[in-house]
Amino acid sequence: MTTPLNSPAQRWLDTPLLSVEHLTMRFGGIVAVDDLSFQVGRGDITALIGPNGAGKTTVFNCLTGFYKPSEGRIVMRHGPGPHDAALAAAHSGGLRHSKDGDSGVFLLERMPDFEIPRQAGVARTFQNIRLFGGMTVLENLLVAQHNGLMVASGYTLGGILGLPGYRRAEKKAIDRAVYWLEQTALLDRADDPAGDLSYGAQRRLEIARAMCTGPKLLCLDEPAAGLNPRESAELNRLIRTIRDEHGTSVLLIEHDMGVVMEISDHVVVLDYGVKIADGSAETVRNDPKVIAAYLGVEDEAEAEDIVEGVAS
Amino acid sequence: MATASNIRPGPTRAASLEQGAFVWSVALADAAKAAALAGILGFFFIGMKTDIAGDGLVLSYRWAALGHAVLIVFLGRLLLDALLGKAAPVTTQMLTAGIFIAGIAGIMTQDATGGSLPARALVGAVLGGLIVAVLYGVALWRRRPAPARAEATRQARFAIPIGIALVLLALTLPFLITTFLPGQQRQFIDLAILILTYVMLGWGLNIVVGLAGLLDLGYVAFYAVGAYSFALLSTCFPFIGFWSALPLAGMLAGMWGLVLGFPVLRLRGDYLAIVTLAFGEIIRVVLLNWVDFTNGPNGISGVPKPTFFGLEFSRGEGGFADFFGLEFSTIHRFIYLYYIILALAFLTNFVTLRLRKLPIGRAWEALREDEIACRALGINTTNTKLTAFGIGAMFGGLAGAFFATRQGFVSPESFTFMESAIILAIVVLGGLGSQMGVVIAATVMIGGIEMLRHISFVGQIFPGVDPVQYRMIIFGLAMVAIMIWKPRGFISRRNPSAVLKERKSIGADLVSQGEGH
Amino acid sequence: MEYFIQQLINGLTLGSIYGLIAIGYTMVYGIIGMINFAHGDVFMIGSFIALTAFLLLTSLFGPAFLPVVLVLVLIITMLFCVAWGWSIEKIAYRPLRGSFRLAPLITAIGISIVLQNFVQISQGARVKPLPPQIQGGVTLMEGATGVVQLSWMHMIIIATTVVLMTGFSLLISRTSLGRAQRACEQDRKMAALLGIDVDRTISLTFVMGAALAAVAGFMFLLRYGVIDFYIGFLAGIKAFTAAVLGGIGSLPGAMLGGLLIGLIETFWSGYFPIEYKDVATFSILVVLLIFLPSGLLGKPEVEKV
Repeated sequence: MTTPLNSPAQRWLDTPLLSVEHLTMRFGGIVAVDDLSFQVGRGDITALIGPNGAGKTTVFNCLTGFYKPSEGRIVMRHGPGPHDAALAAAHSGGLRHSKDGDSGVFLLERMPDFEIPRQAGVARTFQNIRLFGGMTVLENLLVAQHNGLMVASGYTLGGILGLPGYRRAEKKAIDRAVYWLEQTALLDRADDPAGDLSYGAQRRLEIARAMCTGPKLLCLDEPAAGLNPRESAELNRLIRTIRDEHGTSVLLIEHDMGVVMEISDHVVVLDYGVKIADGSAETVRNDPKVIAAYLGVEDEAEAEDIVEGVAS
Repeated sequence: MATASNIRPGPTRAASLEQGAFVWSVALADAAKAAALAGILGFFFIGMKTDIAGDGLVLSYRWAALGHAVLIVFLGRLLLDALLGKAAPVTTQMLTAGIFIAGIAGIMTQDATGGSLPARALVGAVLGGLIVAVLYGVALWRRRPAPARAEATRQARFAIPIGIALVLLALTLPFLITTFLPGQQRQFIDLAILILTYVMLGWGLNIVVGLAGLLDLGYVAFYAVGAYSFALLSTCFPFIGFWSALPLAGMLAGMWGLVLGFPVLRLRGDYLAIVTLAFGEIIRVVLLNWVDFTNGPNGISGVPKPTFFGLEFSRGEGGFADFFGLEFSTIHRFIYLYYIILALAFLTNFVTLRLRKLPIGRAWEALREDEIACRALGINTTNTKLTAFGIGAMFGGLAGAFFATRQGFVSPESFTFMESAIILAIVVLGGLGSQMGVVIAATVMIGGIEMLRHISFVGQIFPGVDPVQYRMIIFGLAMVAIMIWKPRGFISRRNPSAVLKERKSIGADLVSQGEGH
Repeated sequence: MEYFIQQLINGLTLGSIYGLIAIGYTMVYGIIGMINFAHGDVFMIGSFIALTAFLLLTSLFGPAFLPVVLVLVLIITMLFCVAWGWSIEKIAYRPLRGSFRLAPLITAIGISIVLQNFVQISQGARVKPLPPQIQGGVTLMEGATGVVQLSWMHMIIIATTVVLMTGFSLLISRTSLGRAQRACEQDRKMAALLGIDVDRTISLTFVMGAALAAVAGFMFLLRYGVIDFYIGFLAGIKAFTAAVLGGIGSLPGAMLGGLLIGLIETFWSGYFPIEYKDVATFSILVVLLIFLPSGLLGKPEVEKV
């Protein structure tokens, strides 16, 4: 049973799926992310926005284990909870995660990168698309289901001997792939190499591939970059489907404010590695600091003038 | 003088020449430049020779040979320009070809030390004619229309019948040889065994380099571990039969693959390459110097020959021939060895093809395409690389064990870096990841080089010239030429491991070569 | 103590030779990202040219003008070796520019096979001994356990290496060629768009590497006095190891790596079983790379995600 919600706008405070606590990432002398804290609500579409170089992708890389944060904690919470006791025990006990039936807490900063999608259910896409270009679209989606299939193939031994259990599992994996190909309108291209797809199709395939890992949280790094308005609209629909029909929460980095404002329940704004705003799309939109950051205005008073100008 | 040919631009060098009409003055200037360069490069090597005399060195001069080399390069470059470079009229082509042939024939009458004059000229003309014919063939091939996509899929469709035909050929080959070439049966079956050994090694390395995209320059280490494991096991513990020692040797090599692989597989690209090379050398040096264990440079001899369910291939009572009521012949043992390596190679191929369609194989290929994306999908890349390394090493070890039993003798000098380089060359020339490509490359390169061993008849015409010593130069040049002609190897299309509706092969330009990109 | 210092001097001399070859590897790797496996054989070619040229010149001038002859031999060796380096690049590597990563690696191995066998056939397989030409030196120390000799040969090798390295660093850091080279290292396509002749720059890189290998070959011949067609293989692998050890792509790294390999090898041979000196060298390489994956002076690779 999930706890009843006070108001939908507060989900990230009441039932956080992911919480980032005092995250700091330094590269040599450069502080890319500075003491950042925010939460991602269960079932929310959360947007992480900010000007270029604000540290958004660095946050993603910390979330998904590609970077080890210099300081701070990143917690994924699965299931209904309660999480606090488990979290405290895991944290002080030096554990990476603690699971109990459906519930579980995962300290992502302690987990190696490949364990994060597998255990904590965090999948991601990349800003500069990373597909397996020389493999077909279908193969890309099968690779995404590697861990499940590995078990089904008896860690390869059963598969070499051709045991029927693996055949069934593979059939299932293909069905799942086909489902996501339908959702992303790529079914016709299933047997084409991924490197042959158009840019927009590659972006969709990357999302489909991430969804094939069965994630609880999907992190999208600029999914609308380079898409035309029609493709953008399709993308919005796809993200909504993912959230509404699969219970997967979405965290996205995006520059296209049209996309952000239309689909986000919750927006976190970064500038120079520091959080400058956090709230619903509506509140963030009108935040003078955000506008200043985007328009590059030094003076806050001046920014407020601009806000009034926008509002009128 | 074939020695000068390494400075002659390869056939496809002409690809970068701008299109346009053939102009004599330009072509002559080109040829003159090439000839001048040949003169410079050959000055100290062809023009002079140092020899040990007494307790010092003396210098002798061979200006005639240098002149011939320069002339060949001049004529050859002219011929290349006319045949491959620009659109030259047929008369020009024929003229340059004629001059080239005449030049070679003329040189032959000068250079060689024996045989009658007309005979030498004739051989020269034939040799020149052969070169012209080959170049003309290349020219024709290059002018053919570009293959359409449909043709590529048609080729893919032929793959299965061709494969079946090849399997049948491989299964019946010893009988074909004994039936049709009884005089040289031993020699040809030996060659087939050698080629199959390289096919197996190529297939083993293909897992590591072709599928997982890990550049391994020390593969021969596992070949050596397999050979020595087998040799030591079967000589120290004679009660372990061939069929138990064989898998043990394979497992030991696989274990070594895991042990060596574990610390180094997180290195990227070329760092991995140099570390594997280092391991290869370390193992060889240890084998060479750990005399108590390996008998050092003398190697281990008396490695037992395989038996057929306990039957030895020996003359007399209780031998294979006696048991089956056949007339004893030494060829039986070679045929048996042939079938053993054929079975091992088939096993390697079967396992590899199976693995490609399993999650582990797909993870290897995904790793080659993009390691970071793999990790983002929850694939443990270290373990995945290790399995590739370990399985590749295991097959290398099995091939090594076979090598030990075939030779009856192992010594460190069989496991030099050059061996690793040749196996890698077979994999790359064949086309990374392609099983059929390995077969083609091994047959062309190993078969070719062994065939060159048998061109000693040329030496009968020209006493004092030993053409056999040129075979490694030809081998090296062939490697260069094939790579420039087909940088992706003979078979460059990738076959998908899973199909929804229609099987389409994937062009090489999309497939990554792994690590470092 | 005396023994130790003597080994140090010997190690530095050997290391200088490795370092000079290693620069060729590291420069080529830096600019086109390929392991030029034939580079060790260019060194071998260099030592053969030096030998033959030396015999030719002494037969022409007689032994009286030894210093002049040696300088001439050095220049001739560099010039002819440059021709070899240029031709190899043009024939085997340029047609594969922008091609798949492994293709030039295979052609390099092919060229290496060709060069070894070409020299074996044209000059014979037997080793060529050259009696020591430069003898004498200064005695630095005389102690109870031995003598420390700094021979003229040591001095020439170390001095030549220092001079070449200095000149070379200036060439890379100060001239437009060096700038073009560094630009090509960063982004070849962009460099071409900005009007840099990329092919020429790469060609010159090979040529410079060949020139330094020629110097190394010349010094190797004078110092060790025995060469054959196979010396390029081991020297090449050692030098490449040196380049990787120092951090591939870094010129000072190559020199440092070369010196280290030279020292490791000499000290190991001096104090431990000499047969295992290569094992020692390679083991140190492996261990170092595991803990310091980008070498001593290489730029640590930040994983681009």
